[in-house]
Amino acid sequence: MSDHTQHASHGTMGRLMIGFALAAILTIIPFALVMGEVEMERTTLIGIIMGLGAVQIIVHLVYFLHVSGDSEEGWTLGSTLLAIIILFIVLAGSLWVMHNMNVNMMPMPDMDQMLNLQSQQG
Amino acid sequence: MSTEQIQPAETFSPIFGRLTLDWIPYHEPILIGTFAGIAFGGLVVLVLMTYFRLWMPLWKNWVTSVDHKKIGIMYMVLGFIMLIRGFADALMMRAQQAMAAGGAEGYLPPHHFDQVFTAHGVIMIFFVAMVFVTGIMNYVMPLQIGARDVAFPFLNNFSFWMTVAGALLVNVSLFIGEFGRVGWLAFPPLSGPSFSTGPGMDYYLWSLQIAGVGTTLSGINLIATILKMRAPGMKLMDMPIFAWTTLITNVLIVVAFPVLTATLALLTLDRYLGFHFFTNDFGGNAMMYINLIWIWGHPEVYILIIPCFGVFSEIVSTFSGKPIFGYKTMVWATACIMILSFVVWLHHFFTMGSGANVNTFFGITTMIIAVPTGVKIFNWLFTMYKGKVRLEVPMLWTIGFLITFTIGGMTGVLLAVPPVDFQLHNTLFLIAHFHNVIIGGVVFAVYAAVTYWWPKAFGFRLSEKWGRRSFWFWFTGFYFAFMPLYALGLMGATRRVNMYPDAGWQPYFIVAAFGAFLILLGIVSTFINFYVSIMNRKALACGNDPWDARTLEWATQSPPAPYNFPQDITVRGREEFWRMKQEGFSWSTNYAPIHMPKGTATGVLLAAGALVFGFAMVWYIWWLALLSFLGMLVIGIGHTFNYNRDYYIPVDEVAATEAKGAMA
Repeated sequence: MSDHTQHASHGTMGRLMIGFALAAILTIIPFALVMGEVEMERTTLIGIIMGLGAVQIIVHLVYFLHVSGDSEEGWTLGSTLLAIIILFIVLAGSLWVMHNMNVNMMPMPDMDQMLNLQSQQG
Repeated sequence: MSTEQIQPAETFSPIFGRLTLDWIPYHEPILIGTFAGIAFGGLVVLVLMTYFRLWMPLWKNWVTSVDHKKIGIMYMVLGFIMLIRGFADALMMRAQQAMAAGGAEGYLPPHHFDQVFTAHGVIMIFFVAMVFVTGIMNYVMPLQIGARDVAFPFLNNFSFWMTVAGALLVNVSLFIGEFGRVGWLAFPPLSGPSFSTGPGMDYYLWSLQIAGVGTTLSGINLIATILKMRAPGMKLMDMPIFAWTTLITNVLIVVAFPVLTATLALLTLDRYLGFHFFTNDFGGNAMMYINLIWIWGHPEVYILIIPCFGVFSEIVSTFSGKPIFGYKTMVWATACIMILSFVVWLHHFFTMGSGANVNTFFGITTMIIAVPTGVKIFNWLFTMYKGKVRLEVPMLWTIGFLITFTIGGMTGVLLAVPPVDFQLHNTLFLIAHFHNVIIGGVVFAVYAAVTYWWPKAFGFRLSEKWGRRSFWFWFTGFYFAFMPLYALGLMGATRRVNMYPDAGWQPYFIVAAFGAFLILLGIVSTFINFYVSIMNRKALACGNDPWDARTLEWATQSPPAPYNFPQDITVRGREEFWRMKQEGFSWSTNYAPIHMPKGTATGVLLAAGALVFGFAMVWYIWWLALLSFLGMLVIGIGHTFNYNRDYYIPVDEVAATEAKGAMA
């Protein structure tokens, strides 16, 4: 309540420029891959783009949002990690649960087999 | 009696949207009676307020106030008002089910009964339990950490009024249109556009979204307060347990509520713009809604109960005259619950068709989460062990909680076993279980907290006699009302039934209705208690520290001055106030001017805009929706140009206030 003047550092110009350069490179590569129609397996391409996107998120967090172990007594890093853990639980958990339910609740292939069996025996 | 109610025809006019006179339920005697009662009561209040010239004080000292203490009290008032509404729904259901056995139809047609159980659930969770818990955290936590106010006082006022706007929208549905008939979590496809046509489901969506804004912002606010505004020297591990549970609860709120917002937004897109997230056609999947809503829903029940654990920790420690047993285990147990509460959500839908692996995983995590909770129970018991336990009213509620909550917790562990759950899913056994933990946990904690901190808030105690009466009615009433439901659940009675063929169940339902009646007496006793105590406030007046407590909120005056503490307190460890009392503490008379935030009407205006916006969206009154939304934008942006936000309380005013406090 006493000290309103104390602000967290907004980083030096050098660090901001490093972040900008990294972000630009990480954006140009996927664009180049797609627009240059590079010969590559489609799934690998998607994998590379997604991977670069993930790195891009980290670059933004570190260079622009100043997430690091020593800013704000580690609270920024801690809360980012919590957010990542929760996001992981929600995404991976939902995928697992919904996939598992799909496997259990799609009787179509089994039905086909049963019908085939019936027609063979019948 | 139960003539099938036909909804008014879907019409659309540019001015009134789909709202027509047919949507005013003037043909329903119950609603007309309620409306007449509320209108009459409202009129009496209106006249009295005008007669005593209370409008300006109300506006200046309460509505536009950014003081966390006043906002906390307003949350509690809202909670008690909505408790009456939610409990009226409960009584109606108990009466219906006590009558409608073996072919009898009771007095509520299914169309109405379905709205009643939906409204009961929505109101009790979002507008009673959440509101009470937020109110207690708002009032107590800043005082406990020696702060002057919360980190963002205006945001706090705005959060409160958004919650009120949501609550009002739910109540508007009573007299204009209808409420959802979908159960409190509104599973699609029933809640989708094909099966819930009228405005009821849209009232549900918009009231929860509006209130949700308030809840999330209040969560951010309280986290920032704890991390940034603790008294000098107070480390996190020096905070009272209640401040810890507040921190963890608000982290849960901030992490979990966006999931609810997103899920309801997807359902809104389905309903308004013809999307297919949760339909069976076009690649949608209704099960995804159930999955998502419970990812929010399970942390939500911990959002409700964790602050209550904090309340009981403070009370047990104070009335046993001992520090809390196992402070660190208490903190770590709460932190474990925070993470674990995110990995158990599937136990709400074991029966939806997951395989054995998935069900086993979530069954085991659910059983594990009982361990840190059990640790807490033992900590409370060991705090009492060899202490000088004073059986005052807050302590009665605490012991009632320990017994009741343990029973509820054990039936929860039973339900965590998937094969058992397959038998009991959606039966009254489940209903009995969660009322057992929510009433035994949250409601008892709220009553304990109100009794415990009332002297802090108003400077006088509540009547002991009426407090005890209220406790014993609630306590016995709970067992009469819900133990029969366990038995009924085991016999196969499902939840949400309007009538049932087996007349053999009727005696159990009648006992349950009797229990609800006892709880009614408990609630009435509470209000009598408030009345009697306010009337006798001179006789019940007490000092700043009536319970011989151990935490900082008792170091200041009762009721606290607007600035909470005349000076910063330098904290040297846990239970600083106890140490201060041992050392013969008194405030120095060396005061300095105190920097304070100014009140503002922006919060209440924005919330009023949100209420109009919600109403317009429910009824498809597009021009009004656009207008109110633009209005909110203008007010919100306009507020950023208001630089006249703070003032200083001069030294002599502080000195005068402190001198008056010392006299009392």
